[in-house]
Formats: sequence, C-alpha cells, structure tokens
Amino acid sequence: MKPHRYLKNVTTLAYYPEKCTGCGRCVEVCPHRLFYLQDGKAAVRDRDLCMECGACRRNCPWEAIAVRPGVGCAWAIMLSELKGNKAVVCG
Amino acid sequence: MTDQKLQGPIVECECAGCCGSSAPEDQPEPVKKKYVAEVGWVVNKLEIPIGSVPVVSTELNWRDRAGAVLVRFGLRRMSYALRPGLYAVGRPNSSSYVFVSANYKLSFDHLRTHLSGLDAWILVLDTAGINVWCAAGKGSFGTEELIQRIRETRLFQLVPRGTLILPQLAAPGVAAHEVSKRTGFKVVYGPVRAADIKSFLARGLMATEEMRQVRFNFLDRLVLIPVDLTLWLKYLLLGIVILLALRGLGLNLLHWPALYPYLGAIIIGSVLVPAFLPWIPGRPFAWKGWLLGLLWALWINVEQGFITASSFAWAKAMTNFLLLPAISAFLALNFTGSSTYTSLSGVVREMKVAIPAILMAAGLGFGLLIAQLAGAF
Repeated sequence: MKPHRYLKNVTTLAYYPEKCTGCGRCVEVCPHRLFYLQDGKAAVRDRDLCMECGACRRNCPWEAIAVRPGVGCAWAIMLSELKGNKAVVCG
Repeated sequence: MTDQKLQGPIVECECAGCCGSSAPEDQPEPVKKKYVAEVGWVVNKLEIPIGSVPVVSTELNWRDRAGAVLVRFGLRRMSYALRPGLYAVGRPNSSSYVFVSANYKLSFDHLRTHLSGLDAWILVLDTAGINVWCAAGKGSFGTEELIQRIRETRLFQLVPRGTLILPQLAAPGVAAHEVSKRTGFKVVYGPVRAADIKSFLARGLMATEEMRQVRFNFLDRLVLIPVDLTLWLKYLLLGIVILLALRGLGLNLLHWPALYPYLGAIIIGSVLVPAFLPWIPGRPFAWKGWLLGLLWALWINVEQGFITASSFAWAKAMTNFLLLPAISAFLALNFTGSSTYTSLSGVVREMKVAIPAILMAAGLGFGLLIAQLAGAF
C-alpha cells in the first residue's frame, strides 16, 4: 500500500544509533513503519512518514530516540493558541 | 518470590475505594462518573476469589449498534464510557491472555467482537471515555493508569505469570518496558486493528508488517466524516438563525441561490476533501480545500451569471472567489485532526501560511459582501 504523505522535512524525530541496543521495540510500535532492524540496530527508513505520535520514544528503554510528541490537529493547535496553553491536546 | 514482592503495594494500599473486591460495595467513588448500563452486552458474572467479573458477549446487539451510529454522528460521544476494570470473555483461567482496552464503549465493543470463541480477560482502563489512540496521546491510556489498574484489579493473583496484550496504538502513552519492570507482567503490543487479533494469536503473538501499519483508506475516512460534518452544519444552522433575525430587520438574504454556494463550500471542505484526500494534488490540507473551493467558486460565478463571455460582475464574482475557497480551506485544514498521518510540526508549519491567508481572504470577501448589501456596488 502506498502510504499517505504529509509535509517534507518537518518532523522533530531524532535517532541516536550509538545508544541503540537493537531491542526492536520501536520497530514494533511505529504505526507508519519508519524503523527496521539492520545489523542488530534500528535503522530509519523514511523520516517524512513520521507523525510525531511519540510511541517509539516512549517505548525506547535506552533513550535512543527523541521527538516532540503531539497531535497534528489544527483545531487543537488553534484552541491552545487562543487559550495561551503550551500543550496541544485534542478534544 | 517475585509475586510476593509485587503484591506488596496491594496490601499497603490505604485508599479504601481502590482495592477491588475488598472495598465495601456501598463505598461511593470520590467522583461519581456515569457509565453505560451493563445491559445486554454483559451476559454473565464470573465468581472468582478476587471478586465478581462480568462476562461480556462477543456479539453486538441492536443497542450496541445504535450507540455506535450515534457516536459516529457526534451525538453523546463524550458520554459513551463503560466502567473501568476487569471483564471476561468465555471462561478464562490463570493462564489466559489479558487484553487491555480503553473505556470508550466503541473501542471496547470493537475488541470484544473479535474475541469470539476465545477465553480471555479484558482489562479496561479509565481513559475518560476516549478511544485508545487519542487517550494514549493525552497520556490517560498511560503507564501509570495501567499499573494502577493492574493493582486495583489484583491481576497478580488472577494471572500470576500473565501476558498483557496492548493495542499497538496505545504505545504513545505506555512504556512497555516500564510496565514489565514494575509489575512483572510480560507486555506485548498486539496488532493495530482488533480484526487481526486471532491471526496475531495464531502466529504466536507475532504481527505482520501489514498488521502494524495504520491505514487511512477510503472507508476509514468516510466513517470520520459525519462527526465533523454534524459540527459544521450546527454552525450553518446558527448562521441561518442569524439570517432569519436579519430578515426580521428587513434584510432578506434567506434564499437558496444566496445560500447554496456556502453549503457547497462546507460540503467540499468537510466531505469531499476527506473522501478524496490522496487524489487531490498538493500535501497541505488547507491547500487541497482551497483548490476545490476555487473550482466551486468558478462554477458558481459562471452558473449564476457573474462571469459571462461579455460581462464580469467583479464585486459578486470576487466575493465568491475570496469567501468560498477560504471556507473550504478552513474546514479541510481541520480534517488534519481526524487524519492518521499528520504531525504536530507539519500542521503548525501549514497553519503559519494557511491561517493568515484564510483570514485575509475571508475578511476581504466579507467586507465586499457587506459593501454590496449596503448598496455600494
């Protein structure tokens, strides 16, 4: 299946291979299949597929992944701007 | 030994209301929450040492289906919650799997219909009636809630060496390794879709790539349309009420030719863009809406005779060119919240261009409209 694509070069996802032990949790949880295992370490397939859900970061026991997690929801962003909140949450 | 250690916190728990069956039945909860009545979908009670566990049906009845239709249209969506805690399917025992779910009844119903013929436990977390993915994003389907719920339900006693199967989409909120470390349970992420659970079990708790990938195909998008549409149509209704009031003041704008361009712009932004999302050129959602809105405005201008071979009613035509695409763009932009692939950073970047542009177009268009009504042109 051809994946949906959003804007290029925008994700805050950062991966530090030197901390990776190859446990494979990130491969397991990513809903857009960014990660795969290669030579006992995780590797990133295509950063532009990232939706910044934060599943990989949360489930990495080695803190080898950093990302600013959030919801890509315009309505929530507008509400938090209007209310002056820092955190963007839906609903 | 490990079990003994892990049971420690349960014994030490000082809060009267949170220790499962040991709490008196009539103990009121600190905050009284309203839950869907356990009628029809709870078919039995399992009396076991740790208490009474409701056994749920794996089939939906008319009431479950009606409830699902209502919430899809945004009606009673925020009060479709079930009581958090432990449930059973079939006749589970101490070696059965524990599926973890949110207390949004639509999520729970979806899970149980795909557990037919199995003997399993379902641990329902308190996610304030929100679905798994959104609750995980907010953190209410999170590590702490899961660990607390495990302790409250005394899961250690029930399935001492159990395996928790979490929906994959709970992963933004739950640190599986931390839950394992603090509770001793094995934690695995099941497939994204409940429909793949049996296949996942048959493979020995292994998911295929396909099972792990979030989809957003035509049907997935279609079921999301009614919630947004109902919301925007409510605003349209409000607009019509305002127009009715204006008519009372002698300004009659309530006629079909003046209204349907706007109704169309709403339908474009909240139905057509979501439905045909991948086939509309360009990636920003607002752009997709603006593009279709522009085509609609062009059609309206020709159809209503503002642009003909010999004449160009520029004020009326420009009003449509400014307002209609702006409305469609704004509504399409809001579908980012329903999509399964837009990132926060991406939407913020898109909005930096889209919001000022939409506001400017809408402002100019509205000014032009008022000027025409005032008789300036």
